[in-house]
Amino acid sequence: MSVTDLNATLPLLVLAGWAILLVLVDLFIPTKRKGLTALLAALGLALSMGFSISLFGQEYTAFNGMVAVDGFSVFLSVLFQGSGLLGIALAYDYLKRMGIERGEYYTLLLFSICGMLLMAMAVDLIVVFLALELLSIPLYVLAGFALPRLESEEAALKYFLLGAFSGGFVVYGVALVYGATGSTALAQITQAAASNTANLPLMLVGAALVLIGLGFKVALVPFHMWTPDVYQGAPSAVTAFMSVGAKAAGFAALLRVFMVAFPSLAVDLVPVLWALAALTMILGNVVAIVQTNIKRLLAYSSIAHAGYLFMSVVTLGQSGPMGNAVSSALFYLVAYALASFGAWSVVIALEKTSNTTDETEVEDTQRGLAIQNYAGLGRKQPLLAAAMAVFMLSFTGIPPTLGFVGKFYLFRAVLEAGFVGLALVGVLTSLVSAYYYLRIVVAMYMQEGKPLVFAEPWIKATAASAALATVLLSIFAAPLIRWASQAVLLWN
Amino acid sequence: MMNFFSYPLTLVTFFPLLGVLVILFLKAEQKNLARWVALVTSLITFAISLAVLAQFNQRDPELQLVVKLPWIEVADWSIAFHLGVDGLSILLLLLTTFLTPLSILSTWTAVEERVKDFMLFFLLLEVGMVGVFLAQDLFLFYIFWEFTLVPMYFLIGVWGGPRRIYAAIKFFLYTMAGSILMLLAILWLGIQGGTFSTPELIANNTIPANIQFWLFLAFAAAFAIKVPMWPLHSWLPDAHVEAPTAGSVILAGVLLKMGTYGFLRFNLALFPQAAIQLAPWMAALAVIGILYGAAVSLAQQDVKKLVAYSSVSHLGFVILGLFALNPQGIQGGILQMINHGLSTGALFLIVGMIYERRHTRDMDAFGGLWKVMPIYGALTLIVTLSSMGLPGLNGFVGEFTILLGAWEAGQAGGSLGSYWFAGLSAIGVILAAVYMLFMFQKLFLGPADKAENRALKDLNWREIITLAPLVLFIFWIGLYPRPFFSLMAPSVQKLVDTIQMAAMAMH
Repeated sequence: MSVTDLNATLPLLVLAGWAILLVLVDLFIPTKRKGLTALLAALGLALSMGFSISLFGQEYTAFNGMVAVDGFSVFLSVLFQGSGLLGIALAYDYLKRMGIERGEYYTLLLFSICGMLLMAMAVDLIVVFLALELLSIPLYVLAGFALPRLESEEAALKYFLLGAFSGGFVVYGVALVYGATGSTALAQITQAAASNTANLPLMLVGAALVLIGLGFKVALVPFHMWTPDVYQGAPSAVTAFMSVGAKAAGFAALLRVFMVAFPSLAVDLVPVLWALAALTMILGNVVAIVQTNIKRLLAYSSIAHAGYLFMSVVTLGQSGPMGNAVSSALFYLVAYALASFGAWSVVIALEKTSNTTDETEVEDTQRGLAIQNYAGLGRKQPLLAAAMAVFMLSFTGIPPTLGFVGKFYLFRAVLEAGFVGLALVGVLTSLVSAYYYLRIVVAMYMQEGKPLVFAEPWIKATAASAALATVLLSIFAAPLIRWASQAVLLWN
Repeated sequence: MMNFFSYPLTLVTFFPLLGVLVILFLKAEQKNLARWVALVTSLITFAISLAVLAQFNQRDPELQLVVKLPWIEVADWSIAFHLGVDGLSILLLLLTTFLTPLSILSTWTAVEERVKDFMLFFLLLEVGMVGVFLAQDLFLFYIFWEFTLVPMYFLIGVWGGPRRIYAAIKFFLYTMAGSILMLLAILWLGIQGGTFSTPELIANNTIPANIQFWLFLAFAAAFAIKVPMWPLHSWLPDAHVEAPTAGSVILAGVLLKMGTYGFLRFNLALFPQAAIQLAPWMAALAVIGILYGAAVSLAQQDVKKLVAYSSVSHLGFVILGLFALNPQGIQGGILQMINHGLSTGALFLIVGMIYERRHTRDMDAFGGLWKVMPIYGALTLIVTLSSMGLPGLNGFVGEFTILLGAWEAGQAGGSLGSYWFAGLSAIGVILAAVYMLFMFQKLFLGPADKAENRALKDLNWREIITLAPLVLFIFWIGLYPRPFFSLMAPSVQKLVDTIQMAAMAMH
């Protein structure tokens, strides 16, 4: 291991080491004071983030071309670490309220982020698979963290089974690509394809399998079936983290692998990618309309946003627009992450504990999870309601929110690549989404009710800061756009 | 920061935010204070807009008082914070800042619930509306354009009538449906032109005619829904009927003008060839709107609905004038935007005043009000006559100029190519007289035979002050419209020249 290797992976190594130590340290922290574990975990994340930022502006590969440091990896690493920090802020009070506070939560979160950091850097299919498993396994456990509640257990099992299944697709795809090109390194796969030494049909099948596997992770239609159930069943703090972190990591892999390794397959793949993106946007948004449970609604909304993000992958093979598409996807991920964490923090603020283990017997309304529970929130908690309204507008893409700038950027890249039809599907489904996002605003401001709100300081702070960032970053968007536009892929 | 606000145009756009900030720190119980802060803020904003007028050179056809600051200038983005005012927008700017304080004044006793939030949204709405009329960068324009949806949605949805939620969502979705298509067209222009700056895009216009056609339609989708043009008008009666009075005033007075202004500023200037091609079609829709709106108005029992449908008819005239594509038509169109803002704004205020007293808007519930409320009756008569286009009042000047323009455009070689457009729309003027007088008769004439009406109080001082400035302008424009025309004439001429250049290029 050379110094370069060490430098490149320092954020990851620090975080992994910190997490392992934290497992041990946590044993000596009394049950009543798990806040200390949370604090330490946050500290580790901040440290790791510092190392990631120090890599800014550098571009090189390490570990014999297994991992790369570039704008893309740094941008996403910071996004993952930031998500981790917000995830901890949300979890701290939530776990206490739900009576499931255990120190392992934070260490598992850190391990999952390790996987995400690795994913951001991976330029070899083997590493992609490793990262995928590393980030997923802790999430399977976290989804079932509300033991002994059946709903949570069911979510964990479902997520695990489908996750493992999709992992299988990825491995098989990687094997076929290796068979077709003789390498798992993304750069060499491209070279093999360019120099006509690759077996293209085999490579295509391999790429398709990888697509399916990663499609499960980011919840593309028709691989989205698990999402509503898992998002609903998992503890809300976990869902919040999962909906951002796991999705962003999935897109990190999709963008990196497809844009770098498979542009030569564009002719065959693009129609499929186009259809997947359109289908995901349509189904996610349309099905979200009929949801009454806020967690399921946000689950379908996250599917829909996967569709928007996936539009960036459709530009595959067009060297000019591809770069812009990657940058716009990164930018959109930030907008999505802020709105998502914010919205989940409000969901958490209203969620109530139930005393039974079988929650299927309890009405959503009694648990504060139905949309009608939000009635009257505008009067009871003006700050929280205003924040939620901002997140809903951001999801819809109404200015002045970051979601609008994100959509502007994304649709611009899509149009630049010439996909007017896809952009049209995108804007029309945004219109559909306005309907269900507005329903929440309607409930909060235009219907009378007395919602029961537990807005602990950290949850309120998360909502407020996410809302503030969503608005301010949209007005002063230049730095973030600059950063995203510099986050081009190495080997591109 | 101070530097940013030292420009008159940034100041007039963002000054209401100062009021928003102050109101944010008030307690919910301090209702009167919130009202005063909002009123004073909007009055100062009006004063600033008068200062803008004072600095405005009416002989200059170009954009004036321009603010152009780099905003998002990274990678291949080139978006500037670009504001400017010219003859096409100066009157609309003044109309906006003029109607806002009057609307706030009208809410003094009408809005008692959540006054603080109401004023907050109202001032935010003003920022959006002023921004729409001043923005010269398409990105910035779109932000202001789309942002106006949010406060208006809340104004209808929170303070509206019984079906407010339905109306608010319908308003939001309808308008958004149009604007997202415009968004795609804006993106296309930005990608092809390398800039979002409207003046630059107009100056380097090389868009081929067949693409202009589609871009025209995408922009028109947004504007036609906003105006609203037949057959996209169905959100309007719902929104108007459910909105609180002040919301209706601003909706009719200013928000609808955003649509007609959009046609004027963007569709005509950016896509002149498509505008020439499509002018007869747009004019046909306008004429249908004029007649349809008038016919439906005739059948209304609800006064507010009647005024709402009459808007569809009146704005048809504006569109007809704009697509005459000649100086008279466009000048008449712009003036009619202002006229409609004044007259219909006043009509909604009038409806609101009686609704506040009687809590009904059914025409059959009234009758003989003239005897009970003489001041109210006199003011209503003036406004009614103005709205139906009586010579000597503002409506006549606007409609007459439009009809002149449309007639001229109807000549062989004109943009419309047929006299039918002018001829048929003249029927709309007659119908307007019928439904307006019919309404006036039902409300004010005859015996005051309903017991509830006999005890009604006439207008108080606040209400008279709310209506008086509108009536003043109704007379001013009606008797001496020249200053208004000369404000817009050079810019209109420039626009017409652009269109004629495009017409020459086509042949």
